[in-house]
Amino acid sequence: MTSKIYEMIRLLSVAVFMILIAGAGDAQSEQPWPSFQGPHGSGATTEKIPRSLSEENIVWEKELPGRGLSTPVIHSNKVFLTCSSGPEQNRLRVLCLDAIDGQLLWERQFWATGRTVCHEKTSVAAPTPCTDGRRIYAIFSSNDLVCLDFEGNLIWLRGITADYPNVSNSLGMSSSLVVTNGVVVAQVENDSESYVIGIDATTGMNVWKIGREKAANWTSPLILNPGVVELQSKSGIDAINVSDGNVLWQYDAGASTIPSSCRMGNILFVPSKGLTALAYDPKGQKRPEQLWQSSRLSPGTPSPVVNGETVFTISRGDVLTAGNIESGDRRWQLRLKGPFSATPVVSGNTLLAVSETGFVQSIHFDDEQGEVTGSLNLEDQVLASPAAASGGIFLRSNSRLWKLADVNQ
Amino acid sequence: MRSRSFFRCILVYTVLLGAGNAPAETLNMNLNTLQSVGKEGFGNSAATVAWQEVAACNAGSIPTILSSIDGNSPLSANWIRAAVDAIASRHKTLPLNDLEVFLADVQHDPRARRLAWELIQDRAPNRAEKIIRGMLDDPSVELRYDAIDRLIRKADREKGSPAATELLREALSAARDVSQVKKITSDLQKIGDKIDLQQHFGFLSSWYVVGPFDNSGGHGFTKVYPPEQSVDIQATYDGKDGPVSWHQFLTADPYGMVDINKAIPGPGDGLKEVVAYAFTTITFPAEQVAEVRLGCKNAWKIWVNGSLLFERDEYHRGMRIDQYQLPLKLKKGSNALLLKLCQDGQTKDWTKQWQFQLRLCDATGTAILAVDRRQTPLQEEAEATHGELLAP
Repeated sequence: MTSKIYEMIRLLSVAVFMILIAGAGDAQSEQPWPSFQGPHGSGATTEKIPRSLSEENIVWEKELPGRGLSTPVIHSNKVFLTCSSGPEQNRLRVLCLDAIDGQLLWERQFWATGRTVCHEKTSVAAPTPCTDGRRIYAIFSSNDLVCLDFEGNLIWLRGITADYPNVSNSLGMSSSLVVTNGVVVAQVENDSESYVIGIDATTGMNVWKIGREKAANWTSPLILNPGVVELQSKSGIDAINVSDGNVLWQYDAGASTIPSSCRMGNILFVPSKGLTALAYDPKGQKRPEQLWQSSRLSPGTPSPVVNGETVFTISRGDVLTAGNIESGDRRWQLRLKGPFSATPVVSGNTLLAVSETGFVQSIHFDDEQGEVTGSLNLEDQVLASPAAASGGIFLRSNSRLWKLADVNQ
Repeated sequence: MRSRSFFRCILVYTVLLGAGNAPAETLNMNLNTLQSVGKEGFGNSAATVAWQEVAACNAGSIPTILSSIDGNSPLSANWIRAAVDAIASRHKTLPLNDLEVFLADVQHDPRARRLAWELIQDRAPNRAEKIIRGMLDDPSVELRYDAIDRLIRKADREKGSPAATELLREALSAARDVSQVKKITSDLQKIGDKIDLQQHFGFLSSWYVVGPFDNSGGHGFTKVYPPEQSVDIQATYDGKDGPVSWHQFLTADPYGMVDINKAIPGPGDGLKEVVAYAFTTITFPAEQVAEVRLGCKNAWKIWVNGSLLFERDEYHRGMRIDQYQLPLKLKKGSNALLLKLCQDGQTKDWTKQWQFQLRLCDATGTAILAVDRRQTPLQEEAEATHGELLAP
């Protein structure tokens, strides 16, 4: 083949590839689970959570090639998952599985370019990836950030610790990613060098970079509205415009550095002085109004979730508390079998919580009370929060991924 | 959806027909693009296109593509390895002979060679198993790890026999991974072997320490105290609570732990909101490339021959051997190492620790021992230096 013909074919390949990239973002009829707290930042799903649980609810389970605490991300019936393996967890893995049958569709591996030291309970694959429906964006505790399309083609790479050598946390980093309006927001905050970086989703280049307080922070950003992202830290909350990184409003009464905020409509539920509800302006042009503050709704490690008129928290003492989102009044409490690291998922009048020992509990509730109606022991340590899409609930441990579903539907 | 499938078919067809047989100069051009990526996403846009073409190559190109990792940045290595992953996932048959030749050449990048071995392992596990047997001293940390792991498992199967002891001794001399060394050492010590772990890893055990200086509010981290300007072992400085002088401090800890709370004992749980310095010299007959590997859970700075190598302002988040791996060039003759070690004001039990462990090694973790290295101290010898003044 002559070089000229080859060059023509090469250009055609590139052109077709660019067309496919441009057209790959068709809306899906199924609701995805695109990031840590689901499609609306609430931890709520329209997927049905089984009220009773048994091994029959396990649609499939899959052995994983590495450790991880990240939540699976689901889109277009594909499950995207990160793992880390090797003696020092230096091998970073991004897996894509068929959400229907659990078949591995592809895997890409990378070498960690940043430090992989972390507490033995966590792992290098702690932060949850995100997707905009066209590409998957995955970050690891080593601050390696990769962008792949849904077929596993590498779009771009970043080594954030290579860029900024003191961005690391010796206990491990865990802030998950969000993507909105074509900007990936990476919150990389620690004691020695802290930033929030807005990264062009197409090229992987910085759009902006904000210097942040030098303080360890394991919370994740949250999309408030398209183009507006909330950042939580020990100082409080900053809402930023992702086009330029400018701060739109602040809440400066402090906040937790472990559980993250969640939202319902234009109300933000912040782990601050227990739990604080803030009504915010969708355009970010006014300071938020504090609706209530409740020490009775103080979350432990799991983040709060909200559905309908009720916000839920799991305390350090493993007590699930339901609160009225308008008043903050406690509706009911229920002691669960813990301890918990994973954030629960809620659907309709059922909430699913999984303990660190892999004990899955299904809680049916109304305004007056909650009751454990089903349980299932996965007999494995589960620290990762569940995801819900493609007809099921997805749970992962350091060694396995399960899909649970309501067998009666 | 139908039109997307059509385009996808065209893409696959053109890619397989065209780019799969890419001329060498085109492949080289694309690999150059992947090698050129830099910090903050520099070169990403061009790399995205180049990656597609490299990933579309035939399996026969894999050794060439792997060799392009040699001498290039970790970031570009990730671009290139992802392309190899993509090629390998499309082809059932890989050029195993060529991969084995690539693997045998230790001049190639250790990570690329490891990937070559994993491809062989995936397609021909028995062949990979035979290869790994001879990789005890391999420059690839991962290949070496698996070769040693095989020996450890064999020794476990023959536990208690003279053959098992010999296997463990052979494994120890090659082992660089801390968890493997701990496991082997534990087994050998049970049968009476004496193992000098400080020497095995290259930990530095002999230091001069001075302090405390003030670190109220964490401000001592940036404050320049006299040892940062020049080190005079005979000098006396104004410290936080009065005059301070250099102490000699030896550690007998097998993993070279230097406990500043023992070097500068304080009341109760030890000193708080303080700074100390540790200094030592190491002599080499020729210039050489090395790594300083440091474990420390307190804020620290390190200078080598008067130049700041790295600094980190983090307290009590965690510590492990080789936590920080800092490449450097050592000069011929005497080299001076100065550490600044800060302790903050936290009062919880787990914030009492004020310590570090530092070793010199090459990229595989093999110890680099100075010609003037002091023999590993005995426990009594080390304890005699705890908290004692060198000279008035």
